[in-house]
Amino acid sequence: MALISSTSPHTTVSNNTGAFMRQVIYATLPGLAVLTWQFGWGTVINVLWAVVVALVSEALILKARGRPVAFYLKDYSAVLTAVLLALALPPTSPWWLTLIGVSFAIIVAKQLYGGLGMNPFNPAMVGYVLLLISFPVAMTQWIAPGEAPSLVQSWQLFTGQLPVDGLSGATPLDTFRTLHSSGAGNESELASHGILHGQFAGLGWEWVNLAFLLGGLYLISRKIITWHIPVGFLAGLALPALVAWLIDPVRFADPMFQILSGGAMLGAFFIATDPVSAATSRSGRLIYAALIGVLIWVIRSFGGYPDAVAFSVLLLNLCAPFIDYYTQPRTYGHDKPNRGTQS
Amino acid sequence: MIRTLFRSRSRKIYDFHGGIHPPERKDLSNGTAIAAGPLPSQLILPLNMHIGAPAKPLVEPGERVLKGQMIAEPSGAVSAAIHAPTSGTVSAIGPRAIQHPSGMDAICIVIDTDGKDEWIERAGVADYTELSPGELVDTIRHAGIAGMGGAGFPTSIKVNLGDHQRVEELVINAVECEPYITADDRLMRERAAEIIAGIHILQYLLNPRRTLIGIEDNKPDAISAIKRACKGCDIEVRVVPTKYPSGGEKQLIQLLTGKEVKSGQLPAQVGVVCQNVGTAYAIKRAVIDGEPLLSRVTTLTGEGVRQPGNFEVLLGTPIRDLLVHGGVDPDNIGRLVMGGPMMGFTLHNPAVPVVKTTNCIIAATLEELPEPPPEQPCIRCGSCADVCPANLLPQQLYWHAKNDDLEKAQHHNLMDCIECGACAYVCPSHIPLVQYYRYAKAEVRQQAADQVKADKARQRFEARQARIDAEKAEKEARRQARLEANRKKKTETASAPTVDTAALKQASLEASKAYKAAVKAAKAAEADNADNLDALKADVDRLKAIADKAKAAVRDAKEAGPAAAPAEDIVGKLKKQVGDASSAYKTAVKAAKDAEANGDDNAAELRAKADELKAAADKLKAELRDAKANAPATPATAPQVDPVADLKKQVGDVSSAYKAAVKAAKEAEENGADNAAELRSQADELKAKADQLKADLRDAKANAPATPAPAPAAAPADPLADLKKKVGEVSSAYKAAVKAAKEADENGADNAAELCAEADRLKAEADHWKAELREAKASAPAPAAPKTPPAPTDTPKAPETEAPQALTAVDPEVAAKRQKRLKALKTAYNMAHKQYKEAHAALERGERNGDIPAEELNAMQQKVDKLKGKADVARDALDALVEEAKADIRAHTGKDLKTLKLEAARAESALADKQRELEQQRDSASEDTLEALSSELQALEAEAQIARKALKQAVEEQGLQD
Ligand code: SF4
Ligand code: SF4
Repeated sequence: MALISSTSPHTTVSNNTGAFMRQVIYATLPGLAVLTWQFGWGTVINVLWAVVVALVSEALILKARGRPVAFYLKDYSAVLTAVLLALALPPTSPWWLTLIGVSFAIIVAKQLYGGLGMNPFNPAMVGYVLLLISFPVAMTQWIAPGEAPSLVQSWQLFTGQLPVDGLSGATPLDTFRTLHSSGAGNESELASHGILHGQFAGLGWEWVNLAFLLGGLYLISRKIITWHIPVGFLAGLALPALVAWLIDPVRFADPMFQILSGGAMLGAFFIATDPVSAATSRSGRLIYAALIGVLIWVIRSFGGYPDAVAFSVLLLNLCAPFIDYYTQPRTYGHDKPNRGTQS
Repeated sequence: MIRTLFRSRSRKIYDFHGGIHPPERKDLSNGTAIAAGPLPSQLILPLNMHIGAPAKPLVEPGERVLKGQMIAEPSGAVSAAIHAPTSGTVSAIGPRAIQHPSGMDAICIVIDTDGKDEWIERAGVADYTELSPGELVDTIRHAGIAGMGGAGFPTSIKVNLGDHQRVEELVINAVECEPYITADDRLMRERAAEIIAGIHILQYLLNPRRTLIGIEDNKPDAISAIKRACKGCDIEVRVVPTKYPSGGEKQLIQLLTGKEVKSGQLPAQVGVVCQNVGTAYAIKRAVIDGEPLLSRVTTLTGEGVRQPGNFEVLLGTPIRDLLVHGGVDPDNIGRLVMGGPMMGFTLHNPAVPVVKTTNCIIAATLEELPEPPPEQPCIRCGSCADVCPANLLPQQLYWHAKNDDLEKAQHHNLMDCIECGACAYVCPSHIPLVQYYRYAKAEVRQQAADQVKADKARQRFEARQARIDAEKAEKEARRQARLEANRKKKTETASAPTVDTAALKQASLEASKAYKAAVKAAKAAEADNADNLDALKADVDRLKAIADKAKAAVRDAKEAGPAAAPAEDIVGKLKKQVGDASSAYKTAVKAAKDAEANGDDNAAELRAKADELKAAADKLKAELRDAKANAPATPATAPQVDPVADLKKQVGDVSSAYKAAVKAAKEAEENGADNAAELRSQADELKAKADQLKADLRDAKANAPATPAPAPAAAPADPLADLKKKVGEVSSAYKAAVKAAKEADENGADNAAELCAEADRLKAEADHWKAELREAKASAPAPAAPKTPPAPTDTPKAPETEAPQALTAVDPEVAAKRQKRLKALKTAYNMAHKQYKEAHAALERGERNGDIPAEELNAMQQKVDKLKGKADVARDALDALVEEAKADIRAHTGKDLKTLKLEAARAESALADKQRELEQQRDSASEDTLEALSSELQALEAEAQIARKALKQAVEEQGLQD
């Protein structure tokens, strides 16, 4: 009888990291569906393409680093990164844009830092920011909500056979920003833009965000994520928005508009919750996420970009270790928590 | 009404952080009654089934033993006896495989059983209240009872807390939170009455305010059985929710009482004693039935077992026999675990025996407890932190343990991990976290052990060094005294009224001036090839001898100056004694603490004694102050010496008293922990005395500058000017020499090398004088003896200046000055050494080249020797100064840096404790108590302040030394 010799505990939960990641991927499906309904098949095509690119890049780099390829591909972390990045890209994105973004995210932002668990920055957001800085035009060409191109048109956009110009339209966040930066912001102007007035918030985008909210709630119910980051994130975004809006409703967008526009829900439930690059303790996560939310509001309201999820997340990734140092829990039997790295 | 409210509140079940809910799998084995275990042909009884010292065998191989006969007796305080579980013959005493994570063998007594199961005579006590607590503890100790829950700590220690430690809660641990195990469950269902009888004995021993039994709510039958059995007595049954690890000692205490046991402390320190139900049962058997611990209930379970259940297994039964007894198919099991699945150990050798702590054997199939999946990277998901009952950050611990960064791991409270395995259980990446922690903890312990060893060696060395230093200092003092006497005689015969170092210096300077002039003349003559060269050279030598003598005289005078003060000796000795007393006191405290850890406490008595001592200390302080107040009124130094001498005597008394205490403490420690209280009181006494002495010393110091110090303010100017003049002269001589050397070099003169060497020598001299000048400047404001003005009639109070001067010698300001001097001397030495080296090299060069006449070579040789002498003198002076500085710090503070640091830290923590206490009592305590507390706080604050200051000062001085 060959007895196993191991240290305690001798039993563990049956789930694993790969299952965690797969759950997160499933939870993006409602959001993906609404994106397709509103903006056509471009996002679906890009998600699939991104997954292929991610798997190939990951396999190549693992091979180059001399790691077991199949073992690490099974953790699904590369697939998740690809899906999240593709969901954040405009549905008009051509194939090369996705290729550059995803391969950069996997190879540089993740594997060159040592692979899963070692990357200080959220790889998907690193890829996104790279693209935003390098190809600002391609990255801001969205389709007007509800005017979804056909599958053929989407495919042609993807392959680059169809110029984007004819189809593209502004997002609600864009519209709001342009109105104010041109100095023409007044109540009648605001009212004249139908895109700003959907059922609850910006047209079309409200549904996208509600769908991601639904997926996020599923994740919380499955205990894949805790409530701390989403709640902190949305509160950090909505509270300053509320105060500013109460002071000047023309100059500032209302909080509902803020949390249901752009990448707010995707960021709150799927991006900021990436455990590797977030803060770890519960209170630390609240602080971390709240600061992301505040930063998004600041950049949206005063900065040069219409949306700011990627920048804010990366900036707070940088602060996460610092937040961790100052939010260590009080260990049993100790009078007060540790603070800082060393006493 | 209020009563019910109170009751309901006190019945509250608290919660602890984290915890998990693994599949319980208890139904495998809890359905059948406890059955008899096998009677194996051989029993293997390790001498160390408990925590502590191994038991001492009482039998020889070949000896026949009866069931219940003691075969090994406890050795030392923390130990437990072993008895023969059945009758038979001792076949061997030697190493056998036992269950130990390291897989090491251990000494065991092996008994070949004879199947007769023949009992030795039993002597139970029906009414245990007839026995005194001491007798009961003895019975428990000799019955070999050790904690049956898991750790195996000898029970006699845990129930013997001494009269002064109040037990608030006796907690009986019946939680059994680990999956699979049902031994306690069945025991409670079937033998509740006996368990309760055992608990009553514990109550009699410990006299707790409340007795609480904690049982998880997944054992309804056990709960009702226990509730029935303890109806009408003062035992409360508390049902806790099923959650792993509720059965951890600290977790259960938190659940039932809401109290947290401080990190590194024992539950007894928060007034709680925790015992396992199995232990209570064993106590009942031992006391009432007279049956020592021979067997225990062990769960045999797992899917590899045909009839899982609980068995009353004889201690020493090889696991293999138990497996056969329970019907285990050896080919069908993939993993054999002793203990539970969360904290147990895998067995690789089924020959190991069942011991006192073996509560469960799991024979699991491969499907049931499969191979652990491969480890994936940590994704920092935080699940582990969410379930950690100690509220640690397991992912951070893992990270630091993996990187061997033990310091950071300890900073994250690695040592507070209870190795419950909850974190590893939930980790989605299947990282064997606990394995990393065990490894890191072992490393930390190893390092600590090494540190202790090194510290001990260092302490021995330091003690020896201190002794040597003291001897040296004494010798030096005697020498100085002799010197002084000699000099007095000399100066008297020379009709000079007092030693006048300035005059001496003057003479020395003149002598060396003359010498140098002669040298110059000789050089010139040499250059001119004059006839009278030899005569000139002889002249030079003669003058040099004179100059050297003069210099030596100056040096002696300097050395003799500060040494003569009698007060310094006394103060220094006093300080040293204070240092000795306080460091010795610390040893005593440590001894007392050790003893305390083993139990026993009588706080009230101690406090009374401490107060007494404090009063005594105050009295002494007052006396000292009085004496000091009188001192300045009388002009002579004598009255100041008297109280100091008194103090000295007192210090002597204290230290001898303390020594006796330490000796007693050590003896007591060796004999066990019974008189810990006494030790502590002695420690307190010593502390009070040490404090008092410290205070006295401080006062004496503070007082010193207050005595009128008629320091001659105008004095330093003259020697400074002298020195300046000297420097000017020497450096101009040096310049001239350089010029001559250059010329000679240009002209291709033979003696160019020599001239060069000469120039170098002069430069060294100039440097030396410059250094001296610097030093003189640095120390000018101090009333140092060598710098007293030349006119002796101007300072009629000269002898009186010596006392304050000696006292200020330990002042940090003086230390700073000394540091400057040190620097100067160092430069001088370096310079001299360099010159010597260069001259030596030149000489060697000359010898090698062979182009220099023999006598010139000789001259060079002489020069080299001279330079070497000079360098040596400088080095000696430097060494002496360094030694002096070191001795000073020691004398000044009475302890080394580490002690000071420790003291400061201790004072701070005492302060913090007191503050907390005050905070807690602010609302509840009476006015008087608060006042007392705040005055205590103030005293502690002052103490901490002093400790901080002493530390800072010592650190600065330490820095100056280098
Ligand atoms: S549970 Fe495992 S993967 Fe998650 S943070 Fe802890 S160690 Fe890392
Ligand atoms: S094993 Fe240690 S770190 Fe892990 S959960 Fe238990 S106490 Fe916490």
